[in-house]
Amino acid sequence: MTKEERYEKLKDIIKIYLPEDVSVEAITMESHFINELNINSANLVDIILDVEDEFDIQLENEDMDRMQTVKDALQIIEGKLD
Amino acid sequence: MSERVVITGMGVCAPNGIGLEAFGKAMDTGQSGIRFIPELKALEFGCQIAGEPHISEGVLDSYFTPLQRRGLNATGIIYGVIAGTDAWKDAGLSEAPSDTPDWDSGILFGTGTLGVAKFHEAIHLIDNKQVRRLGSTTVIQTMASGVSAYLGGILGCGNQVTTNSSACTTGTEGILMGYERIASGKAKRMLTGSCSDSGPYVWAGFDAMRILPRNYNDTPETASRPMSASAAGFVPGSGAGALVLESLSSARARGAKIYSEVLGGSLNSGGQRRDGSMTAPNSEAVQRCIQQAIHNSGIQKSDIDCINGHLTATAKDALEIENWSQALERSGTDFPMINSFKGHFGHCLSAAGSIESVAAVLQFEKNRIFGTLNCEDVHPEITKCIDTDSIPHETRDYSPNVLAKASFGFGDVNACVIFKRFAD
Repeated sequence: MTKEERYEKLKDIIKIYLPEDVSVEAITMESHFINELNINSANLVDIILDVEDEFDIQLENEDMDRMQTVKDALQIIEGKLD
Repeated sequence: MSERVVITGMGVCAPNGIGLEAFGKAMDTGQSGIRFIPELKALEFGCQIAGEPHISEGVLDSYFTPLQRRGLNATGIIYGVIAGTDAWKDAGLSEAPSDTPDWDSGILFGTGTLGVAKFHEAIHLIDNKQVRRLGSTTVIQTMASGVSAYLGGILGCGNQVTTNSSACTTGTEGILMGYERIASGKAKRMLTGSCSDSGPYVWAGFDAMRILPRNYNDTPETASRPMSASAAGFVPGSGAGALVLESLSSARARGAKIYSEVLGGSLNSGGQRRDGSMTAPNSEAVQRCIQQAIHNSGIQKSDIDCINGHLTATAKDALEIENWSQALERSGTDFPMINSFKGHFGHCLSAAGSIESVAAVLQFEKNRIFGTLNCEDVHPEITKCIDTDSIPHETRDYSPNVLAKASFGFGDVNACVIFKRFAD
């Protein structure tokens, strides 16, 4: 899986959790899930479960704490897949 | 000085009809919503039939966002949101703007138990040491107030948003609690309603108590037999009903359509004393509840011309009729018209009072009294007490003026509400 493919998959996961007034186009590598994309913090838990299912990996508590931005998430996923 | 309270909107998600129009037509034509449920057979239930609203994917999509639909496994919330948002819309009300709640509107939406299937799903994960896999919605789908919380967010209500629970009395109790909040001036509008989950985990306990009919699995539509000599137990049901209660002054100011006035009512308990128990009503308490409802509504016993009973289709129906007769001091041909809707959709438990109240109130608008299904053989103890003509078997033209609706529940709790055709 290329980096680009992983990014697209992640965007696909994130988009359902975006509030109505935030579009998919707003997602960038630097986007902060809570502060910029306005994702409800309770839903971060669900994003993590979706990431686990999609990439067939398991995230630990420290990974979850570190996952603040889209870039963080991709780095964590890459680390697990390697 | 208390505010007069009227009904300005209604919504329903019932086994025999979703939405006021379909439901009203089903009630008018005597269409049953009781069906054979293969899952109950697979699980070897004695009673394999039930009343369950059929919700299509398209309907789900029109009431829930894709995010809300993810992992949504609480049927009570689904039914409640459909009935509640429909009632709001029917009242001509809209969702509050994104920056300001509607401080004058509240929600009182009851349930018996909520999200049982979601809880079942969670329990499996928990027992398999998979707590981390529960996701974020296990709590909100299984908390009793989940249904009011979902509706509160969708509609943006800023007054009291809460949930009541009193077993099969829940729906009728909720109408009176909402009525009191408006009458006392604490809210202009209250969305009152109740829901009940469907499925084996809700109904199994009743099957185990052997109070559900077991000989009608091949003929589900004839199983629920209110007031009948051959009544064999109540058929479990599910769904939700909702009514927008509003102060008359607010309804007038908006030019809202008025379905009926809520004159008041009464709530009490038999204390599980005398013939009352956890599962049976104390007759004295039932009679006091009806009489107090009449007193609180400022009417006379003789004013009541239509009753929608609790009448679940058990051996206790005759006792309920006797209690109405004693409370009203009316019998024989002097007894008002009385019907039960449980023949149509079974006993919807915590949703019963609200679904049945929606149907009862629809009778004012349609100038009809809905029939009672499956009671061609009225119980002889009932005909000893009241004239058989008081029980319409089929829907007929009739213009009720003052309607009494009662519900009774486990825990020996009672509710009776009085609705009146609206007149200035």
